[in-house]
Amino acid sequence: MSATLLRTSTTARSALRAGASRRAAAMASMSFVRGKATLPDLPYDYGALEPSISGKIMELHHKNHHQTYVNSFNAASEQLAAAEQKQDIQAQIALQPLINFHGGGHVNHTLFWENLAPSKNGGGGEPTGKVKTAIETSYGDFASFKTKFNTALAGIQGSGWAWLVKDNETGQVQIRTYANQDPVVGKYTPLLGIDAWEHAYYLQYQNRKAEYFSAIWDVINWKAVEQRLK
Amino acid sequence: MATKYTLPPLPYGYDALEPVISAQIMTIHHTKHHQTYINTLNNALASQAVATDKNDIVSQIHLQNTINFSAGGHINHTLFWENLVPASSPSAQTHVASKLMAAISARWGSLEKFQEKFNAVLLGLKGSGWGWLVQDTESGNLEIVTTKDQDIVPAGKKPLLGIDMWEHAYYLQYLNDKGSYAKKIWNVINWKKVEERFVGGSDSVFGTLAGLRSNM
Ligand SMILES: [Fe+2]
Ligand SMILES: [Fe+2]
Ligand SMILES: [Fe+2]
Repeated sequence: MSATLLRTSTTARSALRAGASRRAAAMASMSFVRGKATLPDLPYDYGALEPSISGKIMELHHKNHHQTYVNSFNAASEQLAAAEQKQDIQAQIALQPLINFHGGGHVNHTLFWENLAPSKNGGGGEPTGKVKTAIETSYGDFASFKTKFNTALAGIQGSGWAWLVKDNETGQVQIRTYANQDPVVGKYTPLLGIDAWEHAYYLQYQNRKAEYFSAIWDVINWKAVEQRLK
Repeated sequence: MATKYTLPPLPYGYDALEPVISAQIMTIHHTKHHQTYINTLNNALASQAVATDKNDIVSQIHLQNTINFSAGGHINHTLFWENLVPASSPSAQTHVASKLMAAISARWGSLEKFQEKFNAVLLGLKGSGWGWLVQDTESGNLEIVTTKDQDIVPAGKKPLLGIDMWEHAYYLQYLNDKGSYAKKIWNVINWKKVEERFVGGSDSVFGTLAGLRSNM
């Protein structure tokens, strides 16, 4: 997924970097060169994660929330391209929080949909193979890992995400929380993300977020996690 | 012994802000969310008292984050309940806040322009947080500011009006349409209370709040 997702603006940026003399030409063709981020289809039906996550939540979350991140990211990317074109560094810097927030929202939700699966299609249970080994190396056993992950989720102050990530330097896995839509980038690779924004559970669980954090383990797609660890 | 904070009663019924804010939202928001901040705060203050007795400064530092979040949650929600009022109340009329309205017009041109600006700021929040009309205590100038999560308005700013933009404040009724929530909430603003905060000192903001003053 991330390959498709993240390709969008790099093409255009390298086109723009080609040089001042070719800037006008690049600009003219930009709307064709630039790929727009688009809302990915869910790999299952809206109701397929019930009873862990209601169909209504899934539908709003995907069609409205995720779509808004996609739209706003595309709008911010266009403004960024225009600012680059004008060599307006201040404007480029001023756009970074929007790129981070909406780009992060798009990337995070795309990873989230993929790391969930209906229990009848293999969601839930415990990880096997490489993921199991990696988790046991860092957390002793799966039960302790789950407890720590849920504690991390419950400790988020405001909106955010908890992730199982791989530290690219050590190769070890660890639990990390991120505020708002901050994406997992840099020295960490995202393996498994849980959305702890209120919109992810409120219609079904209201303030009882611990129940959501407990129920979501029934629909974790460990196969997707394993693919990301490779 | 640490102070125990308690949930202040709402100054109106749970359904009194309908149709702008549903009784279901108000009930959960007040009895569950606000109560949880208070419980967490009381626990953190008790732990802090123990750490202080033991001269355990490391534990004291580690507790600051939880205290900031839970005390902020308690203060912000208390201010919020107080600056809302049923639309039918005389306090919801802008003419009861003549000094504030004059200051708002001087600063933004008109109440409508101020509200547009305020709403744009609310919708620009990235994640959970609050929008505030504040008064700078040095210059006396009015400003619109946001605070993230449960941060309170910074020192040097007197909060006059706060709007909760956490999703729990509107989601059961407005879903992802936070723009409608931000628009409609202007019908239930307690302008009389906001005027009191504007013309009064810091005490007029925090002084009457249940149990808040002792630690402010
Ligand atoms: Fe989300
Ligand atoms: Fe939220
Ligand atoms: Fe709230």
